[in-house]
Amino acid sequence: MNSFWDLMLATLVKDIRLEWRSKDALNSMLFFSLLVVVIFSFSFDPNAEESRQIAGGLVWVAFLFASVVALNQTWARELRNQVLDAYRVSPAPANALFLAKALGNFIFVILLEAVMTPLFIVFYNLRALGPAWQLIPVGVLGTWALVVNGTFFAALSLRTRSREIMLPLLLFPISIPAIQGMVEATRILLAGDGSARFWIVLLLTYDVVFTTACLGLFGTILHAE
Amino acid sequence: MKRAFSIFSVITAVLLVYGLYQALVGAPTERTMGDVQRIFYYHVPSAWTAFCLFLTNLVASIIYLIRKSAWADALAVAAAEVGVVFCTIVLITGPIWARPVWGIWWTWDVRLTTTLVLWLIYVSYLVLRRFSDTAQTPILAAVLAIFGALDVPLVYFSIWFFRTQHPQPVMGRGGSLDPRMLHAFLINLLAFSCFGAMVCWARFRLEQLKRDVDQAHAMESLAGASEPAKASLPLSRSSR
Repeated sequence: MNSFWDLMLATLVKDIRLEWRSKDALNSMLFFSLLVVVIFSFSFDPNAEESRQIAGGLVWVAFLFASVVALNQTWARELRNQVLDAYRVSPAPANALFLAKALGNFIFVILLEAVMTPLFIVFYNLRALGPAWQLIPVGVLGTWALVVNGTFFAALSLRTRSREIMLPLLLFPISIPAIQGMVEATRILLAGDGSARFWIVLLLTYDVVFTTACLGLFGTILHAE
Repeated sequence: MKRAFSIFSVITAVLLVYGLYQALVGAPTERTMGDVQRIFYYHVPSAWTAFCLFLTNLVASIIYLIRKSAWADALAVAAAEVGVVFCTIVLITGPIWARPVWGIWWTWDVRLTTTLVLWLIYVSYLVLRRFSDTAQTPILAAVLAIFGALDVPLVYFSIWFFRTQHPQPVMGRGGSLDPRMLHAFLINLLAFSCFGAMVCWARFRLEQLKRDVDQAHAMESLAGASEPAKASLPLSRSSR
């Protein structure tokens, strides 16, 4: 068990170090979501009340599209020099690799959100009318929902032709309930109408179900030959 | 096998013709909706057939993951493809009915949305199969089918909760059902189930034949020309 966590930590630290040195994923994600914010902002030009109603959707769509950028790069770097093949023949547990990758992506997307959220607030003049602290669990659970399936489907589409296109095609249909949960919860909290509890529970259920499924099936994906 | 298929096709054709007659002539016209209600004799059986085929796909995918038997994968492909066709029929006939009756083409109702998401998931399943033709594709596709099945209940609950807070269109339910309507509906349900099974069967055989042919080609090229096969080996390695 100890070696499992050691391995996971080693992979995670390696990924973070690589990202820290190149900043490829973070920079492209940041710039991409900045573009989305600006383009949406002047294509809708909403007033304060409209902003509260649509901001949840805009924020999460921007993060969803941006996270695909990071997710696509996750496994691609392991293909060079046959790192993934080496991993496959080693006795290391597959789930340690998966968890490390998913956590790495989670950290990157959370960083992105931390930088972009103030920008959204500025551009859309947002002020939450509901309990704003609940946006934190929504953000954490929602990001994990995107990232855990995204990491899994990125691994799944690794062997397909034009895998960069494949990832969103596989990820978005499955993510529909999670996206709806995030968007609705954010909208309710911003507009202050009612309780977001159902949506937080839905996100939690989604996370638990799909984390279990990913951990259960990742070995099959990795060793598929 | 071939004979059984022919007999089954004849039965299906007869059932479909009889079902068509019952739906258009046999069943009485609905009082409030008029003739447009007759689309239900096709809409609901198509939905039923599509869901049965998706279920077949899921079961075949699970069998494939456990047993790795080639027939299960062929069945999964066949069921997914035919299921998407029937699901498309459902999604097209639904709005045709909804426009005159509800006054809108589409609404984000539980059943509609769940069907649409299911359709999207299975289209992505077919895209995956199309974009990847390596030996691992069956495993990847089977895993995707399981993910899709896990997703459907979550979609259902999220839309169900979402919609309870919004006005719902009035469904044309309640009241007494004319026995001739029920008869026409049940005949069409049976006919469409048989039709779906028949097309799926044909597609399944086709897929198996295709695999046999591919295998024969591979064997032939291995046995016939060992020199070109050797020459192409480094190429295939570097392309990975």
